[in-house]
Order: sequence, then structure tokens, then C-alpha cells
Amino acid sequence: MAFGPFFLLALMEGLVTAAVLALAASGLSLVFGVMRVVNVAHGAFFMLGAVLAWAVASAMPGQPAIAFLGALVIAPLLVAALAALADGLILKRLNYDPEATIVATIGLLYMIQQAVLALYGPNANPVTAPFELRLQLPWFGYSGYKLFVIVAAALVLLALWVFMTRTKVGLIMRATQVDRTTARSFGINVDRVYMGTFALGAALAALAGVLIVPIQQAHYLMGGDPLLLSFIVVIIGGLGSLRGTVVAALIIGLSDGVISMFFSPTLAKIIATLLVALVLVFRPQGLFGAKA
Amino acid sequence: MKVWALHLALIIALAVALAVLPPYPATTLARILVLAVFAMGYNLAFGYTGLLSLGHALFLAAGVFAAGLSAQFWGLSAGPALLLGVAAGGLVAAAVGLLALRTAGVSFMIVTLMFAQAGYLTVLYFGTITGGDEGFNLPAASRTVFGFDLSTDTPRFVAALVLFAVGLLASLALVRSSFGRSMVAMRENEERSRMLGINPFAVKLAALVLSGLYAGAAGAAYALLFGYAGANFATIQYSILPMLYVLLGGAGTTIGPFLGALLMFGLIEVTSRMARLWPVLEGMDYFLIGAALVVLVLFAPRGILGTLRERGLKWLP
Repeated sequence: MAFGPFFLLALMEGLVTAAVLALAASGLSLVFGVMRVVNVAHGAFFMLGAVLAWAVASAMPGQPAIAFLGALVIAPLLVAALAALADGLILKRLNYDPEATIVATIGLLYMIQQAVLALYGPNANPVTAPFELRLQLPWFGYSGYKLFVIVAAALVLLALWVFMTRTKVGLIMRATQVDRTTARSFGINVDRVYMGTFALGAALAALAGVLIVPIQQAHYLMGGDPLLLSFIVVIIGGLGSLRGTVVAALIIGLSDGVISMFFSPTLAKIIATLLVALVLVFRPQGLFGAKA
Repeated sequence: MKVWALHLALIIALAVALAVLPPYPATTLARILVLAVFAMGYNLAFGYTGLLSLGHALFLAAGVFAAGLSAQFWGLSAGPALLLGVAAGGLVAAAVGLLALRTAGVSFMIVTLMFAQAGYLTVLYFGTITGGDEGFNLPAASRTVFGFDLSTDTPRFVAALVLFAVGLLASLALVRSSFGRSMVAMRENEERSRMLGINPFAVKLAALVLSGLYAGAAGAAYALLFGYAGANFATIQYSILPMLYVLLGGAGTTIGPFLGALLMFGLIEVTSRMARLWPVLEGMDYFLIGAALVVLVLFAPRGILGTLRERGLKWLP
């Protein structure tokens, strides 16, 4: 293949990565923005979404399209319920102390991972894509499902943006983000906002997991890379800024696609992690953050 | 007096335990002692100075590979290899600290996590030298010190105990010194200590480097005593374990890290025995580690010895 089409393929692969990453990272960013909680278990929610999608799909054999639609609804809801439970039982009792919640969510990560290993097993299992469509470009064929992932992620992010900026609930969430104490004195039930935010963040991760699972198999350790990349995206985009998160996801996803195609993926990851650490040290507000 | 007597009594009790226990539990105890040294180092940074790092695996791995690689490629014997490991741990901690200590709190946790992750990936990237995921076994010739073979039981136990005793007594002396009190001042109120003329950055950097020296020593000792070096020492898991031990035993107590390591090993041992009866429990150690973290941070953030100290044993260091 000539360089041009090869580069195009790399860009398209990168765009798929970016779409899924933007979904997962926006959940992490939302939770950090509103609650000031760094959720280390976010990758585990992503993995749970993928594994639950497999569970739904294997419960309905022979109807990949219906099963997939079911998974798209059921998996995020279940994961959101679990997250709400974790919030009420653990995070709330810690008073959302930033350092204690990190330790607690590390614990949560281990528990979820191990529970999935016990119930689901160590194997990676595929889920059939809801439709088989191959777009024939002049140079190569491309999976139509991957394009669907990009469109679906964009729609969800758009809906999230409308929700945050145009609805009353979104307004309440943003008010809590700016000042929790004042919000409380205006009669906002901050505890409920936090629980809802944590559930919504987890649901976004789970949704990303469902979308990726026809491309990448469901495995109990699959949450590690998305977690790391989401961290990177959220930090580069400016902690808690949704727009910055999406822009950063595009940059990271596309450059990951391109760099991995030409260089060793491990080297690309080393450079990315070091860069992120340095961004946090020298520009803590993120590359796109407004001010310190 | 009471304090020094307590620590010496612990060391003597451990020596007796190593002497009378059958080989398998004694080897486990030696492992616990080496990991306790790692946790003691973590405790200096986290428990006393208030630096919650998620990147200590990097310092441990620096020790493991400095000792392991120098033994593998230069044929160094255990003594110099251990010193090299200690130095590597301290150097890496200094480099990380110079950058990461410009941040605090949550940012510090993430920056240290990122550095450790980059370190882990680097170990994998140079897999032809480091052995990558599979690691490598240290050459038997390098595992000797003063003519004793560290791969045999008695010298191994003695070496682990000596390392532990030196680490424990040094940390006791350190936290009772004026520098130790400056470290605690950083944890309690950084602004006030700055006003009193203490340079917070210098104190925190020194504490982190000391912590790195401990981690390097533990890593090198682990590689030399048990004969194996591998990328798994650089994984995030080895950053979490010392935190768990310290939280369980009691952050900011000298014996807490050892107690935490001992109890956590015991807990995992008990579950793996029960797993033989009920296979459902197979491999539940990580679940336990996770549950222990959550329970500790919820119900006993001060750990066992920290709670004891609050309930009357005020003299506990």
C-alpha cells in the first residue's frame, strides 16, 4: 500500500480510538470536575460495560443487532447502579476527601476486576457486531461498524453537552461544581448530585466499553489502557473541562493511531506518559485550561 | 528506653522465629521482612512526610534491576550489587522528586503514577536486556556475600533479618531526630513550617530520597535473595502494596509497615488455604487486597498501631 492510503487508514483507526476515548474520558472528567474525585476504578467500569455486553449478547444468540441494542441500554444502566451504590456506601462516607477516595477507588478496581475474573473467567470473548457492512474504498475495505462507533460517540457527546448546558439538572451539576457549599445553601441536594454524577460518569465508561467490544474482545484486564489514556486525555484537556477533554481525545487518539502505525506502540506510550507527567508539573491547568 | 527495648525485642523475636520455623514459612517470613523494608521506606514518605505516592514501584524496580543487571552482565557479587541497588533507588527518587514535588496532593499522586508507568513501559521496551515480562534468574555466582551462598536458607534468613534490623533502627533514629520532626511538620502544616524557617521542598525531597534508598535496598535484596528480576516489580501493584501495608499497620508508626505486611501475607495465606476447600475462592487475593483498602480507608484510616496509639499507648513511635 502506498503512503497516502496507509496514512488514511492510520487516521481512521485513530479516529475510532479517539471516539471511544472521548466517551470514557468525558465520564472521568465529569466526575473529577463536579466531585473533585479521581476515580481510579473508571477503567473497571469500562471493562464491566464490555463484559456485560458479552453477557447480554450470549443470552440472546442469533440476533446480534437486537442483543447489541439491548446491551447498549442494559450495560450502562447496571454499571451506573453499581457506581451509585459505591458512591453511597464508600465515597460519601469518606466525605469525598481526594486522597482517601483514590485509595478507595483503587480498592474498588481490584474488587471489580477480581469478581469479573471469578465469574467470567480469564478468557477474552468476542461479541458479534450488530451489522456486517464493509465500505469498499479504492485502496482498502473498511468496517462500517467502526464508522458507526465514531458517529454514535459523537452523538452521545453532543447529548451530554446539551444536557450539561441546556437543562436544569445540568445547571445544578455545574453549580455544584463551582461551589458545593453555596449550592447546598440554595437547597440543592448535593449528595444526590454527587451520586448522579458518579453514576453518569460510570455509565459513559460502560457505554464506551459496549461500543468497543465488537472491535476488541471483552477481557477482565481490558480496563487498564483506557484508564491510563483517559487520565492522559483529562489532564491534557484541563481537569474538569468537557470541551478540552474532547479536543485532547482527538489529539491523543489520532496521534496514537498514527504513531503506533510507524513506531513501536510501547515507545509511543512511554513518550505520552512522560509528556503528561510534565504537563501536570509545568502546566497544571492543562494545555487548554483557561487559568490556574 | 522503652521504645528501643520494644524494637530490639521485635528483632530478637524475629531471629528466633527464623531459626525455629520450618524452611517454607521461614522463607515466607524472609520475604515479608524484605517487603517490610520497602514499606518502611514508603512510610517515611507517606506516613511521616504526608507524600502520598503512587509510584514507589519505580524505586523498587530501580533496586531490582540495578542489582539484577549488574550481577547478570558485570558479574558483581551481592555486596556491591546491593549498594548499587540502594544508590539507584535513591537517584531515581531524587530525579522524580525534583519534578513531582513541584505538585502536591492529587497531582503528586498522578505524576508519580505516570512516572512509574513510564518506567514499567521502559522495562518492557528494553525487553532484550531486562527480560521483559518473563524476567531473568540471577546467576548463582553473584548471589554470594563474604563467601556465604544467599540461595541457601541460613545465610538468606540472616541477610534478610540484618537488612530489616538496620532499616527499622535507622527509621526509628530518623523519626526521633530533629529532621524527623521537620518531616512530620510537612505533613501537619507546610505553611506554618515554612514560616518557621524550614525549606519544605528540601525536607520533602530528602524524605523522598530516603524513601527511595529503602525501596532500592528492598528491591536489590529481593532480587539477590530470591534470585529473580522481572518487570512485575515495576507494575502499579508494587506501588499499591506498600501503601496497603502502611495503612493496615499504621501510617507514621515505625513498626506499622512490618505489622501490615505480616498480616496481609497471613490473610492471603489463609484464603489460599480455604481456596483448596472452596475453589470459588481461587485467586481471590486481589479481591482481598481491594476490600482491605476500602475497609481500612473507611473504618480505620490510622491503621492498627495508629489506633492503639490513640487509645492510650502514646509512647508508641
